[in-house]
Amino acid sequence: MAEVDSIIVAEKLKKYFPIKRGFLSTLVSREALTVKAVDGISFSVRKGEIFGLVGESGSGKTTTGRLLLRLTEPTEGKVLYKGKDITELSGKQMKRLRREMQIIFQDPFESLDPHMVIKDIVAEPLRIQRVARTREEVDERVKQILSDVELQPPEEFMLRFPHELSGGQRQRVAVARAFVLNPEFIVADEPVSMLDVSIRAEILLLMLQLVQKMGASVLLVTHDLALARHVCDRVAVMYLGRIVELGDTETVVRNPVHPYTSALIAAVPVPDPSSKRLGEVISGEIPSPIDPPPGCNFHTRCPYAHMRCMSEIPPLIEVEKSHWAACHLVDRPVAG
Amino acid sequence: MPVLQLDKLTTNYRTLRGWVRAAEDVSFSVERGEALGIVGESGCGKTTVALSILKLLPSGGKIRKGKILFNGQDIVPLSTKEMRKIRWTGISIVFQGAMNALNPVFKVEDQIVEAIKLHEPDVPKADARKRAEGLFEMVGIEPSRITNYPHEFSGGMRQRALIAMALACNPQLLIADEPGTALDVVVQAQVLQLMRSLKEKLGLGMIVISHDLSIVAEICENVAIMYAGNVVEYGKAEEIFKEPLHPYTQGLIGAFPSIKGEKKKLASIPGQPPDLLHPPTGCRFHPRCPYVMDVCKGERPELKKGGSTNHPVACYLY
Repeated sequence: MAEVDSIIVAEKLKKYFPIKRGFLSTLVSREALTVKAVDGISFSVRKGEIFGLVGESGSGKTTTGRLLLRLTEPTEGKVLYKGKDITELSGKQMKRLRREMQIIFQDPFESLDPHMVIKDIVAEPLRIQRVARTREEVDERVKQILSDVELQPPEEFMLRFPHELSGGQRQRVAVARAFVLNPEFIVADEPVSMLDVSIRAEILLLMLQLVQKMGASVLLVTHDLALARHVCDRVAVMYLGRIVELGDTETVVRNPVHPYTSALIAAVPVPDPSSKRLGEVISGEIPSPIDPPPGCNFHTRCPYAHMRCMSEIPPLIEVEKSHWAACHLVDRPVAG
Repeated sequence: MPVLQLDKLTTNYRTLRGWVRAAEDVSFSVERGEALGIVGESGCGKTTVALSILKLLPSGGKIRKGKILFNGQDIVPLSTKEMRKIRWTGISIVFQGAMNALNPVFKVEDQIVEAIKLHEPDVPKADARKRAEGLFEMVGIEPSRITNYPHEFSGGMRQRALIAMALACNPQLLIADEPGTALDVVVQAQVLQLMRSLKEKLGLGMIVISHDLSIVAEICENVAIMYAGNVVEYGKAEEIFKEPLHPYTQGLIGAFPSIKGEKKKLASIPGQPPDLLHPPTGCRFHPRCPYVMDVCKGERPELKKGGSTNHPVACYLY
């Protein structure tokens, strides 16, 4: 599914985490247990787009984001950045690349070093990558980026510690830090979920402005489908380590094909008392990724499951232009 | 008679730098079989109100003024001993962060039995265990799992177990603090559906505290919007959502992305909530209000009926 204008491509990515087991259980069975966090996914992020990776906890979305940046090593599969396989690069080569790839973490209270002043936090990438030569240059760039994230006046904020700032301000610092190197690809992992609702839009709009200004591409990892709808050009829905549906956001939200996507959309609460989530709320909970169901891993909760679903993993098929789904119910690819 | 009625409740926290005016002049009422949603963002005072109702304020917290009428009786002046008789048997609570509220080294059954025995000491242990099983069935957990430890439960199940525990002594009022947070959307929908059915089946009065408008819209008949310690708007959920009167409420609703309907531009409210040690004069929202007038900076507006739906709002625009 790699496209010509993709900035980053995931190819059949897998990440299995081994689990340590107690001695007694090893006597019973020799099988090594693994958590199949990411179980064979392929997708690409186009240049300049905001791509949403949506899923509930345990879906593997955060691990996927980290795999793309090689913050964790894949068990199998490849990551192509600007057409080049980066999975086998050395630490030194990766470091050079990391100038162009950055991350914004979810927790504004944990992601900033409490012992560092804001100036040093934002300047750290510049120093590590040796991008700015003199102290004046560093200061200038930090001032500029703090201005861009609307922490005015920047001189005042530069000398403060994280605990002196509000959650929203801290997240602006995290955004500043991610953008200070002018990166081309950013993974934003739940960047606003820990912020009050009334300031989320502000931070998101800010991110979007910077993304446009710098021509960057973003992978937005989130569990909030409503948010993804408002911010992302395209979206991929993940369930238990696999992508079940992928396409233009509005298309996926209005015409979901995969039963899980439909269930997810139906389950999202709406701020309107007259529209209650009536009817079938899907039963059960997400199975354990240690022992996922065989075949289509959603079949245990799917109202339409049949024999084939229990044994065969459905491939991701193009069900209409630019709209893909992995479901045996829809196994006829679009013609032409 | 409403099961709970707050009359100008004022709770402050004493700190070295002075009184933090966390909740001021909060008034609302909850009827049996109805849920009231208290909506507001961090620091608005909603948890303070919940803790005040149960008289579980941390040290430094003090109810300085106002009444809390539980079935008509003012519980503010009650002693600790008298309050114990009301907690759990009259009013109970499911705290925020349910996943971590259960003691990990005891079986869930033992924790529920403990709750029952503490508030109804005459109940024999065997009966208490039977009741625990019945409670599990009521919240949709397989009764045999009562002997599990908390770590054997998923997040959604732990939330249900806590709801079961909160209902163990048949209270008339249940307070749920952020019941949806940290739960996946699908599990959240299940838990909220459960709460809605319990409210109807048991005729429970409920207070649902949340920063998430959509959760409150889901199960509450009435809503109180709180900002910086004050109730700024109050009324039927339908009325408030259809015609939000207070500029803060309008801002809040505008900031919520919706999965249904037209894709609209996400709005946000500029600025941030005030420091409650030295809150702004007059209406506490005035520094961030797009419609601010001089009168707003003077005296704090009272809750007064306004708009076409005639529901109470604290704003000089009306």
